[in-house]
Amino acid sequence: MASLSLEIITPERLLLKAEVSSVKAPGSIGYLGVLPGHAPLITPLKAGVVTYKDGGSEKKVAVSGGFLEAGATRVIILADTAEKAEEIDVERARKALERAENRLSERAPDLDVARAEAALKRAEARLKAAGAKH
Amino acid sequence: MPNMRDLKRRIRSVQNTQHITRAMKMVAAAKLRRAQSQVTAARPYAAKLQEVMQRLIVAVDPESQPLAASREVKKVGYVVITGDRGLAGGYNANIIRLVEEKLRSEDRPSGLVCVGRKGREYFKRRQVEMVKTFSDIGDIPEYVQARELARQLIDLFLQGTFDEVNLAYTRFRSAISQEPQIDQLLPIKSSGESDESGEYIYEPSPAEVLQSLLPRYCEIRVYQALLEAKASEHGARMTAMDNATKNAAEMIDKFTLSFNRARQAAITREISEIVAGADALK
Repeated sequence: MASLSLEIITPERLLLKAEVSSVKAPGSIGYLGVLPGHAPLITPLKAGVVTYKDGGSEKKVAVSGGFLEAGATRVIILADTAEKAEEIDVERARKALERAENRLSERAPDLDVARAEAALKRAEARLKAAGAKH
Repeated sequence: MPNMRDLKRRIRSVQNTQHITRAMKMVAAAKLRRAQSQVTAARPYAAKLQEVMQRLIVAVDPESQPLAASREVKKVGYVVITGDRGLAGGYNANIIRLVEEKLRSEDRPSGLVCVGRKGREYFKRRQVEMVKTFSDIGDIPEYVQARELARQLIDLFLQGTFDEVNLAYTRFRSAISQEPQIDQLLPIKSSGESDESGEYIYEPSPAEVLQSLLPRYCEIRVYQALLEAKASEHGARMTAMDNATKNAAEMIDKFTLSFNRARQAAITREISEIVAGADALK
């Protein structure tokens, strides 16, 4: 079966390099799926969960924005930050989520709304990738 | 003839110094290795981003992007990346000298953003406007720090404080050779032509993709500059401490030699005194 070579790269490291059968990623205008033979595409990513199928199992990676470049045989994700599901510190993500929610609900006058929202999205993505409920 | 007790004391003091410089050298070597691996780790991301940007710049007019549009330069900003600590040979002095020369030959008004304590301390005493300062980057810069710095630089550029932003940092060539240099950061210049263009689909549109790409490009450039500067600092410190250790060894040899000579002289003198005394009794 045709496969895709998936690379997830952050500025700090090459997180992942694998042969996969499909990739799902949080594009800036909605989730998109990539299968082998995809037309060349470049799109920004939002904070969210990248899901890929590696053999039979489905694996998840939380990303906090970046880019995706897809081609017929390869997918490259340039992520601002990325963490594999098993690396995620659920407790920390939950706390970050709480903090962001509090900041947004209190609406302090000097609040950087865009930043707090971004933090919220990031924490949500982490929890979702780790498969935790919140 | 030098006093034996003094010589002994000096030997001990130089030995203590040597212990310290040797330890600093090893610490710097370990940190250098980590910094170097960070530099390597950042490369694939930077290369890919650069590639995508090159392709996009062909498809989109760069002048339509605030971060890439060049405008009349009323004020130039220099970001000076130095270390927080000294004892790194000529590392801090070299980059400061380069910036100093650049400022002297610069006929447009200019301002500084100092990263690292050493640069800040130096330029504080000079007649230059310091717009912002950063310190405590640590031994291994993190991407978060680079992002923060890049965002502030972008803000300064977009608000019109600076119409051009340059990065002055030390490029890492090898552990014994580092080269200070100045690169333009903003406005972003597209360099070179892309060989493959037009075959990609950009979602939602090339302009929008470019718009979210340019700030990240700035961030990675700043990140790489910070990493290179840190690797250079550790390299320079390692070399400097290696030299210091060698010099200390040389000094110890010299002092040991004079110490032995003084000891021998004392013995000879004592013998000749005894012999002279014995002779006198004959």
